[in-house]
Amino acid sequence: MSTTALAPQSTPVRQRVHASERIAHAALAGVALLLLAFLAAPLSTLLIKAVQDSGDRFVGLANFISYAQTPALMQSLWNSVWVSGVVTLVTVPAAFVFAYALTRSCMRLKGLARAITLVPLLAPSLLAAISLIYWFGNQGVLKGLMQALGIDQIYGAPGIVLAEIFSTFPHALMILVTALSASDARLYEAADALGTSAQRKFFTITLPGAKYGLISAALVVFTLVITDFGIPKVIGGNFNVLATDVFKLVIGQQDFNRGAVVALLLLAPAVLTFAVDHWVSRKQTAMLTARAVPYRPKKAPVFDALMSLYCVGVCVLILAMLGMALFASTATFWPYNLQPSLKHYVYGLLEAEVDVALINSLLMAGGAAVLGTLLVFVGAYLLEKTNGPRPLRSAVRLLAMLPMAVPGLVLGLAYIFFFNEPANPLNGLYHTLTLLTICTVVHFYTTGHLTAVTALKALDPEFEAVSASMKVPFYKTFWRVTLPICTPALVDIARYFFINAMTTISAVVFLYAPDTKVASIAILNLDEAGEMGAAAAMAILIAAVNAVATLLFMGLGWWVDRHTQAWKAP
Amino acid sequence: MVPYLRLEGIRKDFGSFTALKGIDLDIAQGEFVCFLGPSGCGKTTLLRVVAGLEVQTAGRIDLAGRDISALPPAERDYGIVFQSYALFPNLNVADNVAYGLVNRKVPKAQVQARVAELLAMVGLPGSEAKFPSQLSGGQQQRIALARALATAPGLLLLDEPLSALDAIVRVKLRSEIRSLQRKLGVTTIMVTHDQEEAFAVADRIVVMNQGCIEQVGTATQIYRDPATLFVAEFVGRINALPAMAHEGGLRVGTQILDCQHVSVHGHTSGRELRVYLRPEDVLARPIAPGDSNVFEGLIEKIEFMGPYCLVRVRADMLGAQALTVYLSLNYLAEAQLEVGSRLPLRLLPERMRVFG
Repeated sequence: MSTTALAPQSTPVRQRVHASERIAHAALAGVALLLLAFLAAPLSTLLIKAVQDSGDRFVGLANFISYAQTPALMQSLWNSVWVSGVVTLVTVPAAFVFAYALTRSCMRLKGLARAITLVPLLAPSLLAAISLIYWFGNQGVLKGLMQALGIDQIYGAPGIVLAEIFSTFPHALMILVTALSASDARLYEAADALGTSAQRKFFTITLPGAKYGLISAALVVFTLVITDFGIPKVIGGNFNVLATDVFKLVIGQQDFNRGAVVALLLLAPAVLTFAVDHWVSRKQTAMLTARAVPYRPKKAPVFDALMSLYCVGVCVLILAMLGMALFASTATFWPYNLQPSLKHYVYGLLEAEVDVALINSLLMAGGAAVLGTLLVFVGAYLLEKTNGPRPLRSAVRLLAMLPMAVPGLVLGLAYIFFFNEPANPLNGLYHTLTLLTICTVVHFYTTGHLTAVTALKALDPEFEAVSASMKVPFYKTFWRVTLPICTPALVDIARYFFINAMTTISAVVFLYAPDTKVASIAILNLDEAGEMGAAAAMAILIAAVNAVATLLFMGLGWWVDRHTQAWKAP
Repeated sequence: MVPYLRLEGIRKDFGSFTALKGIDLDIAQGEFVCFLGPSGCGKTTLLRVVAGLEVQTAGRIDLAGRDISALPPAERDYGIVFQSYALFPNLNVADNVAYGLVNRKVPKAQVQARVAELLAMVGLPGSEAKFPSQLSGGQQQRIALARALATAPGLLLLDEPLSALDAIVRVKLRSEIRSLQRKLGVTTIMVTHDQEEAFAVADRIVVMNQGCIEQVGTATQIYRDPATLFVAEFVGRINALPAMAHEGGLRVGTQILDCQHVSVHGHTSGRELRVYLRPEDVLARPIAPGDSNVFEGLIEKIEFMGPYCLVRVRADMLGAQALTVYLSLNYLAEAQLEVGSRLPLRLLPERMRVFG
């Protein structure tokens, strides 16, 4: 043994990077660059615009001050806040009861009830607004009833509130079902053993257990409403909200700087939601241990019947909304001639040229499904399973979570500011379908990312170590093991991108050119032109496309399961 | 002789926490070494440093005469088995075992033959077409072992390979791992927190605590002759008696112990010490007249363990401290001993260990 003592090393030992690892590092850098160019850079431009005047000179908070001094704009701010608040107060309890019925009662046909509540997600959110106009609008079926209840007209706050409740209900429900499913039966058994009343169990076990789900659902609903553009546009009438203000300021008045200020106001609740949600999900995971026993509801005839009744009621309301849009879209001339005809479909597709828009939508949705899934999965894989330089990984992790905190409207606006700048080398992308697709991928990036991360985290963390010990490069293990195991998650991510790309309005409304108009925007234009029937028809068409796509994706999922998940069968 | 694996001054910092505080260790070729210690002692970190899965903050690693300190895992030469098995769930047993062979462009027929050979070796011949989910935990770990050995690595690393298995499988598999290792002569390091496991398989045991090596030695050395207070308390069951150095001897309670075998000369009279004694080193029989270190104990508690009982006795002469001793079930019955009985006991002076 050598007698010389080891010299104290001042620099830490650095492991040599294996040749194959360099590929992973380069790929991670690539993902980081894409996210920088298409997320971080546009958002920074937006922030800068908010503190500049129209001549690009720095003016500090002048835009904010002038905004605060415009009574009409302040009115919109207040309108946005209270409408979002009311919707939150109605939707969250309503969804909670529904979720409670689904998870804690023995009512029948839970699958069907669940499926019906998910249907609104297939159509653009403004479908609810269109339906409401047919129900309660100037020529609405139930206008009299509504006026008897003291509401003068549906256009304005009442319409926005109702339509938003309808369109945010599925989102709140999904969160609350997850929260209520994550319950430990042993807590209830312990309570039973102590002779606890049902009411006390609800307030001491159920509600605290779902606390974080409730917080998260409330924040999500509030943010969805305050940043939604389609519904206030269609049914808002003269009732101004922040989202419509942004559009008017930027597209109507070309006042980019004040538009940026409003966008930042919209960003605030979303960022808050994001922060709280992040905090909540950390708390939530700690609550449920791996040894928890899932709760199984017991039969309780009266309770089950009440719950069934409630769910039937909600489902009927949802179907009434969808049904009315479907019915009106096939009526020859509302409300005078209700003979069924395909007139509106033909008009919409051919004369209003929605056929082109629909093809654009399909191209965009298909592109987002393929590119988005690829980018999201590769990005998540590189983050979770390879060890690139730490600063780079932190940057990608942050950028992957950021889109969750950025409303579509804000992202769309940021894209205009960034890509419409002639000095930008990427300026050529402006108004192209490629940019619309990229914008959509970025807009919905986080959910896809989280799905991919969850799938990847379920894999044994030592696969990569074992492979390295056998001198197998990481990409072979990615191809032979990681990818095949994760294909079901990939199908889920692709479906999510596709459906959202088909229905999204808020981000793309700023970015399209006449030849790259997508179907959801075309609906908005039809509505503006007074072609309500055609607008309803096209919204139904999108929902139908999405329904078919969902079935196809389910088929694909089944096929993938059979061909890549054979090992799961015992 | 040059050691097969040499660790020199291995230090690992995680932020402000130092997980390994300068580890020096030599392992000879063909040796089976266990890293033993409580959780958080750094044993797994040390294994991962050897594997290149963690990078040491400082220090040098030589494997088979080659400096591998800065080499990535793929350029070192080892097979590894994890507690979680880490079998590829979507590949069948044959593909799992052949995973490292296929990459080396070995001809197909040769791969098949090698897989069959390895499966026979780990006692699962003919299981090529099965998927991991169709196997029990013990079987999965055998496959993981076969996979790690497939490329005939010079070093085998086992990271708590048996911890996820139930007790009976664990005992069976550990003796199989040991005999397989003997047969192949592959240098092996196993991390474990189970001392019985370490005793059963290891040529040498490295007892670790708080990022340091406390003692390196055979099972008997570690058990009989613990080098530090930590080893004495961590390995096996032990009694600790407060004592005082007394004119070259020891005073415990009011008793002056005869302990000529134990070196207490370094300690000045009156200094407080601790005497360590294993339960089996306190004898109830045989006690001959004239034996030294004999005292009377009062039975406080009897804990049934099967063929023998753990008996807690209190002896006024030894001060306030109770002693735990092993007494056979038969003896307790013969002597009609129960809680409250009194019996004579003798401390074996040559087995006592004294720590300052």
